[in-house]
Amino acid sequence: MRIPTPVKAVLSVIVCAVLAFVYIPLIIVVISSFNASQSLGWPPQSFTFEWWVRAFSDKGALSALGTSLIVAACATLIALVLGTLASLALDRFEFFGKEAVNLLIVLPIALPGIITGIALNNAFTTMLGWRLGLLTVITAHATFCIVTIYNNVFARMRRMSGNLRDAAMDLGADSFTTFRLVTFPQLRSALLAGGLLAFGLSFDEIIVTQFTAGTGVQTLPIWIFDNMFRPNQAPIVNVIATFLVIVSIIPITLANRIGGKAATGVA
Amino acid sequence: MSHASRTKVRLPAPPVTASRRLSSFFGKHRRLSLTALLAAPLAWLVLIYIISLLLLLVTAFWSTDSFTGQVVQEWTLGNFGAVFTEALYRAVTVRTLIIAVSVTVIDVVIALPVGYFMSKVAGPRLRGALVVAFLMPLWAAYLVKAYAWRTIVSPHGLLDSLGISPGLGLVATIITMSYIWLPYVVMPVYTGFERIPDNLIEAAGDLGAKGWKTFTAVIIPLVWPSVIAGSIFSFSLTLGDYIAVQIVGGSQQLLGTLIYANVGTGGNMPLAAATAFIPIAVIVIYLTAVRRTGALKNL
Amino acid sequence: MKLRTRPRVGAAVAAALALALGLSACGTASGGGSDAETEELKELGDPEGEVSLLAWPGYVEDGSNDPEADWVTPFEKETGCKVNAQTYGTSDEAFNLMKQGGIDVVAASGDLSLRLIAAGDVQPINNDLVPNYENVYDFLKNRDWNSKDGKNYGVPHGYGANLLMYNKKEFDKAPTSWDVVFDKSDEHKGKITAYDSPIYIADAAVYLMKHQPDLGIKNPYSLDEKQLDAAVELLKKQKPNVAEYWSDYLKSLQGFENGSVVAGTGWQVTMNELDPKKFGAVVPDEGTTGWSDTWMVSSDSEHPTCSYKWLDYMASPKGSAAATEYFGEAPNNPGACEEAKDPKFCDTYHAGDEKYAEGIWYWTTPVTECLDGRSDVKCTDYSAWTKAWQQIKG
Repeated sequence: MRIPTPVKAVLSVIVCAVLAFVYIPLIIVVISSFNASQSLGWPPQSFTFEWWVRAFSDKGALSALGTSLIVAACATLIALVLGTLASLALDRFEFFGKEAVNLLIVLPIALPGIITGIALNNAFTTMLGWRLGLLTVITAHATFCIVTIYNNVFARMRRMSGNLRDAAMDLGADSFTTFRLVTFPQLRSALLAGGLLAFGLSFDEIIVTQFTAGTGVQTLPIWIFDNMFRPNQAPIVNVIATFLVIVSIIPITLANRIGGKAATGVA
Repeated sequence: MSHASRTKVRLPAPPVTASRRLSSFFGKHRRLSLTALLAAPLAWLVLIYIISLLLLLVTAFWSTDSFTGQVVQEWTLGNFGAVFTEALYRAVTVRTLIIAVSVTVIDVVIALPVGYFMSKVAGPRLRGALVVAFLMPLWAAYLVKAYAWRTIVSPHGLLDSLGISPGLGLVATIITMSYIWLPYVVMPVYTGFERIPDNLIEAAGDLGAKGWKTFTAVIIPLVWPSVIAGSIFSFSLTLGDYIAVQIVGGSQQLLGTLIYANVGTGGNMPLAAATAFIPIAVIVIYLTAVRRTGALKNL
Repeated sequence: MKLRTRPRVGAAVAAALALALGLSACGTASGGGSDAETEELKELGDPEGEVSLLAWPGYVEDGSNDPEADWVTPFEKETGCKVNAQTYGTSDEAFNLMKQGGIDVVAASGDLSLRLIAAGDVQPINNDLVPNYENVYDFLKNRDWNSKDGKNYGVPHGYGANLLMYNKKEFDKAPTSWDVVFDKSDEHKGKITAYDSPIYIADAAVYLMKHQPDLGIKNPYSLDEKQLDAAVELLKKQKPNVAEYWSDYLKSLQGFENGSVVAGTGWQVTMNELDPKKFGAVVPDEGTTGWSDTWMVSSDSEHPTCSYKWLDYMASPKGSAAATEYFGEAPNNPGACEEAKDPKFCDTYHAGDEKYAEGIWYWTTPVTECLDGRSDVKCTDYSAWTKAWQQIKG
């Protein structure tokens, strides 16, 4: 494609500036995790490894990390099933109220978290009489994660031709076999991309979680919220954040690679 | 050779299994198979989400016992009355909308060149690296990022030592939220650009469109649904926030702050529910307005 | 069909519950004792092997947040009662959790304890079964927020005061009045800080008690409409000079450290992190507000012996020292001073200093029934305070 060189240059400068905007605060977080001062003040006073050592022996943080992983994994799993079913239905059928269903799927993410939070809190505790816990958080998270799966899968199916599927059916495969052997492999990268987004959305969610987790369940963002303001704990929170950013490179890169290959290979 | 063999080979009749019977049943009854696919997701969303929202609406018409904080089920319009007549709620709604619109505009203005660069200028390697670079900050906890900005804009902070700090307040809130929600806008916009075939842009060029003209007349309309999709994220996330504003907003209140205070410290769920209907109304209006762009399919 | 009936049943139950609560609240308001009252325990049995606690974060630590902070393990070893701890974020949340049951002991702040007593959710305490109660400072016993009709309902946890913190660069002498953040806040435009909660209205009321005596404020948690309006007006005048309201320790610490605030409400635990050469903290002449939380036993506790053991442990020198030193507040008994890690612990927090403690108006829930004994007017309740606080912040 022909894009004039000056335009390219200007765009490159803009992208570099935006990258600086994105990463300078993160660099500050990293620096703070080595700063001996407890108040996250600026400029940093003196260098220490203490917070890093303490973070990795912090049982509360580690168990909160575990809880977050469980919640995000379960919510993503539920969203994968429900989102895929919904996108299959909306891709293959024309029916009355299709727009409304689409809106319904989008609504939990489009409405601010605090509304989803208080609505579910109110319903769980007063209407259903449930005790808030792991189950209620997972339910809430799955609800707003459905849309990321739905949109990714739906977009992929729009680009897929129905020919392969028809061919399989013509050759005698039933619709379940066709889904397993033909449709699903084509969807795999979309599912992965959507799933990763859903996982990330759930993993860092704090507002809906505050209203649906009750007191017994502590996800990592809630642990951070409780500890950010305690003496001695704020720098440990910085360590955890730094650690998460570094570790997140692995799944993102992996997904990007698989997604990229699959995209060029199939669609 | 292969052509000949294809005509000769007869496919064996597939074995009749339960799944096959079910499959052919659904094949013949399309309505039923639609129902089978939609049943679970619809049941989940309606039973859990829509009913909860309706219940919230109903709660907004009730009141609370002042001593015990328990909801009393007597019908009243008092909560809505308070929300719609008090100057406080008007002022806070306006402030929240200003912040939400500013954040959305800033994020879109950033996302357009970045998304365009990633999809149409950068090579595959750089593109991959940039996707990772823009997704990674999502994993640094929200609170940590907000506090990092507090460090940057406070007195004696990074910006202050350069002499250009806005200090804590409205501007700091806008910057911080633009920052936190940026990946949610960049990603859909980038995907939107990705979907535009290169040859379409080239065709526009061949037909005589100049660079800028191609961009505004061909590319922007094509990528617009994705921009709207991204804006739904930044707009709605800002509309309900009450944590970041507490950290960098000085003593500002947003709609989220009021809802949170009504339900949290006030223990007044009915009033919180009535307050919640301001952002719900705003979002519903926004969604209805943008529905025709097809943005809802691009989130 | 099932799905249609369910909400109705739920609504009916909720309505019945609300009605019952409404009635019990009326009963209290009209002066009669609540009929849900429970008898105090006569004697202790064998420990039941477990106890579930509900408390603010930082009150029950077993070393999982901070390996240095662990006062649960010694208790478990000593008594054989395994501790199940839950934390809560707001007093309302705790109130609802107590309603759900399954909790033996709750640490209630002044804005919760009275509600629990009125609702019959907690039982009176037999002081004889809490040997360490004897050593608890007298000025913490039988107060508005932990007793009713002369009956004790709990053991104090620790106590603390909201201090006037200031930057010594701006103040040559320690300020002796809250006027630096109220009537004279103009002198430090945009550099004042205050606690971000409706309960801060009481701080303005404490100030008005001295400076506008004709308002007739007797108790800062018991304000009629006129008095509340006066407090709100004072706070609205203060607002333009406020750099920011703080709700967490870190924010207030940062504010003083980086110079964006020079005077305002602070806690001793914040002061401990600051250089005493540059900053100071005092209780001004008007007095101040503060907190004293109470360990209370649920009226349907299934583990009364272990519950009493925990109350006794929290009143013991060791238990109190560990818990209050970690949280940053004064302990409930003088023996704790010896047990603290920091030998100056009690001096720092003015523990046992009766004059200091007398100057504190401890947080109490404002309710419509005036706490100062007036019966001719209705006082403003906490939800009115919440609304007022939102108006003040604008």
